[in-house]
Amino acid sequence: MIVEGKVFKYGDSIDTDVIIPARYLNTSDPKELARYCMEDIDAAFAKRVEKGDIIVAGNNFGCGSSREHAPIAIKASGISCVIAKSYARIFYRNAFNIGLPILECAEAVDRIDEGEQLQVDFETGEIHNLTKNEKYKAQPFPEFIQKIINFGGLVEYVKHSLE
Amino acid sequence: MGMTMTQKIIAAHCGRSSVEAGEFVEIDLDMVLGNDITTPIAIREFEKMGAKKVYDQNKISIVLDHFTPNKDIKSAEQCKESRIFAKKHQIKHFYDVGQMGVEHALLPEKGIVAAGDTIIGADSHTCTYGALGAFSTGVGSTDMAAGMARGKFWLRVPGAIKVKLTGKPSKYVCGKDVILHLIGKIGVDGGLYKSLEFTGEGLNHLSMDDRFTIANMVVEAGAKNGIFPIDEKTLQYMTGRVDRAWVVYEADQDAVYEEEIEINLTTLRPTIAFPHLPENTRSIDDAGDVEIHQVVIGSCTNGRIEDMRAAAEILKGRKVSLDVRTIIIPATQEIYMQCIKEGLAEIFIEAGAVLSTPTCGPCLGGHMGIMAAGERTVATTNRNFVGRMGHVESEVYLASPSVAAASAITGKITNPETL
Repeated sequence: MIVEGKVFKYGDSIDTDVIIPARYLNTSDPKELARYCMEDIDAAFAKRVEKGDIIVAGNNFGCGSSREHAPIAIKASGISCVIAKSYARIFYRNAFNIGLPILECAEAVDRIDEGEQLQVDFETGEIHNLTKNEKYKAQPFPEFIQKIINFGGLVEYVKHSLE
Repeated sequence: MGMTMTQKIIAAHCGRSSVEAGEFVEIDLDMVLGNDITTPIAIREFEKMGAKKVYDQNKISIVLDHFTPNKDIKSAEQCKESRIFAKKHQIKHFYDVGQMGVEHALLPEKGIVAAGDTIIGADSHTCTYGALGAFSTGVGSTDMAAGMARGKFWLRVPGAIKVKLTGKPSKYVCGKDVILHLIGKIGVDGGLYKSLEFTGEGLNHLSMDDRFTIANMVVEAGAKNGIFPIDEKTLQYMTGRVDRAWVVYEADQDAVYEEEIEINLTTLRPTIAFPHLPENTRSIDDAGDVEIHQVVIGSCTNGRIEDMRAAAEILKGRKVSLDVRTIIIPATQEIYMQCIKEGLAEIFIEAGAVLSTPTCGPCLGGHMGIMAAGERTVATTNRNFVGRMGHVESEVYLASPSVAAASAITGKITNPETL
């Protein structure tokens, strides 16, 4: 699968409280959560984001609370994938479990700037920076995680094992 | 090759004689936990999985502690959904208002979690139970749903950092200072994907409440779990609370650690994390002049009885500043009752603080102490991210109960030694 979109770029340790502030956790409706996504760090995000856009960030993306509302809000906002240098472990699990594609690629994060246009191929892990005409290669997923992705996420994996 | 304490628990729960860091394994779970924020999503995922019943109604805990007593209609709906599910599946450890407390104080207190257990919880601070010598870690709602359906959990076996504690802490230095200092040292991703295994003779001077506080915040260093060896204090804590057999695991002599860190408790100072990351730590001696508007003493980090006693010791016979709203929240009903019996409740109210029913409330900016723009809180909680406790331009300073109480009196960040 290939996605294409413009870049929203953020720094290190973007926490789940800024991805979706707790004052909105009295709902789990994806559409409603998407309206407030990134509000405390980038108030214009929800208005500017378009289907296919890509978040690029530094180390430890998604640190803090275990709220699955964070990847849910990002996915429902139209973001097609996140590219970061590293992820906080609960966010990493949650993203796979709910089907938000995430990639690890330090080189891409260092080279990519806000607003650039990217094309990402999930099969090959190739990130094509259309604005700068550069290509970067993301880390392949560990085999076990690839197995869960192949099932279509944890829900399908569990469904299969319950049968 | 030798295994760490965490690796031994993991190996025993996947039917293996040994495991190695980096391997992916599926372990059997002794407990699956959720709260009023995370359980509703888990219920829907559980149903999508086609699960008809939970794997073991005695091994699931649902605690309605975050936005309770309900702050608004939507929160009430989330609790209602969780309550209906708990009744339908006859969840044994279901705690509603009147019985509930802040989950990570409540589960150990009730003896629901014990040494050697494997525990996942849809709440990042589930790592708290490492203080009892259990493997416990925070997960999301879908993992909680899978855990409730199958009683299993996939994970990558973590490598470990050994944290050796030496010396003896001075009067106003407690578990909170140890963990804040450690996070300041290694950073908010310094323990990413790893276990933090605490050892050393300094442990003799740390109570169970200190250890719960330390284990509670290992996630703030990105760690998968934190764990403590089992000693007399652990055994004494579990005796009379845990009504089943527990298993004591010990790290092998030749266990492999990726890194070793030593913290000397003797020279450790009261420590504060400045906005907006728990790693922005400073010693109380370098805190400077920071005017504050609110103090919150409570949470899964520091809402236990020793925290209440530490705050009361400072507040006894004194008044909090009229410019500081001081909110004290015992983490459970038992601790609340103890505060009354020991006369702490009276001390707090006489000092001009409010004493609240158990709730996570203000810690995550839910209710019971939200800040306006430009305001600052000294809190005994665990996170000081942008907007964590209210307005995006408000600030949270993380500290121990003694520092928080001293600061409530003077209206600025204060060293309790100077009162």
